[in-house]
Amino acid sequence: MTIGDVVGELRDGMTIGIGGWGSRRKPMALVRAIGRAGLRDLTVVTYGGPDVGLLIAYGCVRRVVTGFVSLDSIALEPYFCRARQAGAIELTEYDEGMLYWGLLAAANRLPFLPIRAGLGSDVLRVNPSLRTIRSPYPDDTELVAVPALTLDAALVHLNRADRQGNARYLGPDPYFDDLFCLAARRRYVSCERLVSTAELMESGPPQGLLLNRMMVDGVVETPHGAHFTSCVPDYDRDESFQREYATADWDRFRSAYLDGDEESYQKAVAAR
Amino acid sequence: MTRADVCVVACAEAWRGDGAVLASPTGLIPRLGARLAQLTFAPGLLLTDGEATLLRDDAVEGWLPYRAVFGVVAAGTRHVMMGASQIDRFGNQNISCIGDWSRPARQLLGVRGAPGNTVSHATSYWVPRHAPRVFVPRVDMVSGVGHDRGAIEIRVVVTNLAVLDFATPDRSMRLRSVHPGVTVAEVETATGFPLTIPSDVPFTREPSSAELDLLRERLDPDGLREKEIR
Repeated sequence: MTIGDVVGELRDGMTIGIGGWGSRRKPMALVRAIGRAGLRDLTVVTYGGPDVGLLIAYGCVRRVVTGFVSLDSIALEPYFCRARQAGAIELTEYDEGMLYWGLLAAANRLPFLPIRAGLGSDVLRVNPSLRTIRSPYPDDTELVAVPALTLDAALVHLNRADRQGNARYLGPDPYFDDLFCLAARRRYVSCERLVSTAELMESGPPQGLLLNRMMVDGVVETPHGAHFTSCVPDYDRDESFQREYATADWDRFRSAYLDGDEESYQKAVAAR
Repeated sequence: MTRADVCVVACAEAWRGDGAVLASPTGLIPRLGARLAQLTFAPGLLLTDGEATLLRDDAVEGWLPYRAVFGVVAAGTRHVMMGASQIDRFGNQNISCIGDWSRPARQLLGVRGAPGNTVSHATSYWVPRHAPRVFVPRVDMVSGVGHDRGAIEIRVVVTNLAVLDFATPDRSMRLRSVHPGVTVAEVETATGFPLTIPSDVPFTREPSSAELDLLRERLDPDGLREKEIR
């Protein structure tokens, strides 16, 4: 597939899960393309980083479902913070473990999963639709029933993949990318390098093969496609570019880097 | 010996006696404290590099990706030291936002793992600037829960001025010690609710010369810890 093919499968109002974590291994080439395509009213489910900020800056987002939004080395995501302070977006704020459990429930086709996280906290106050449940066993424990976070589409970025959708990460952390795929109706993987199945098998240990072709509907090669988030060992976070993103005027930043296609973005990044 | 050195050792002391649990510090001074504890009186502690690698004496000893941390949380074999933008007398903490949640005056990080942490395992806090706007009668968004809302154990709150704990009958906040050079009155003025003050408040333990050597020569030779408190 091409980046355009993937974005062409997405629609206004969809619930889209985005893999990675904070400012780490985010499918930014796909995120940039969603912004350019001008999709609207998206619900974004994510361990939030600049994916959230960029989509908000483009006006694509109605609701964010998350436990945090951060750029890691820059604690607060400027576009997310501004949008919250302006009342411009809706938020479903969960504990990080609740987000995990919601994806796990969807992946297992369960309506909910019980968890301790959230009990006693204002997460229950600000999400009035959340329910608790009592254990049916003699312990009678009260737990939070985290509803399944079923996704219309999942977008994840892996280091290596083949054309069929088998894919591996080469860095230290899988994050929750397999769960995002399992929780979604349509699953799209961008990758640093598209390789043959044989080369994919040789490029690391079998347990690094996070995704298989049952879990994936489309693959697109996007070299440097996680930029400016980290995609180790292929590259680290581009800290100076992230600082520019976080501090620049949006219109100036967009015209300098984003108004063309992904290729021109990468050229503009390389030339700066 | 500087105030930052005292704070590092006070943070380290939070993990004393914990055994083989995952120490999860947030911020430089708690991180230095956890590493100091692991190198000295709490060798059983597990520590990550901030990502997925477990380190002991700067050598890799294991793998702990994010998803596995939630298993550790549920198992209760973890003692986290988080920050707090606001904290109240029962240890309810806020790192989510300031003001009305529906449209906050200041959006912060979000609740992160604080709700789950506090109902699952020991939690401590680090506040680099002890002030009434942090120590508030009521937090705006309960992220980490306090003892009146079901916390397992809020162990200590370490600040630039003092160490506070919850060794009171109703498990509300008590002044445990003041750092050398700080008065009890200063701590009371900087706290926006009444603290339990014992009749005799000791000074926070001073770092030993061995601890100072480790800090200066190995853990933080550039003295970055001095910049975390003002």
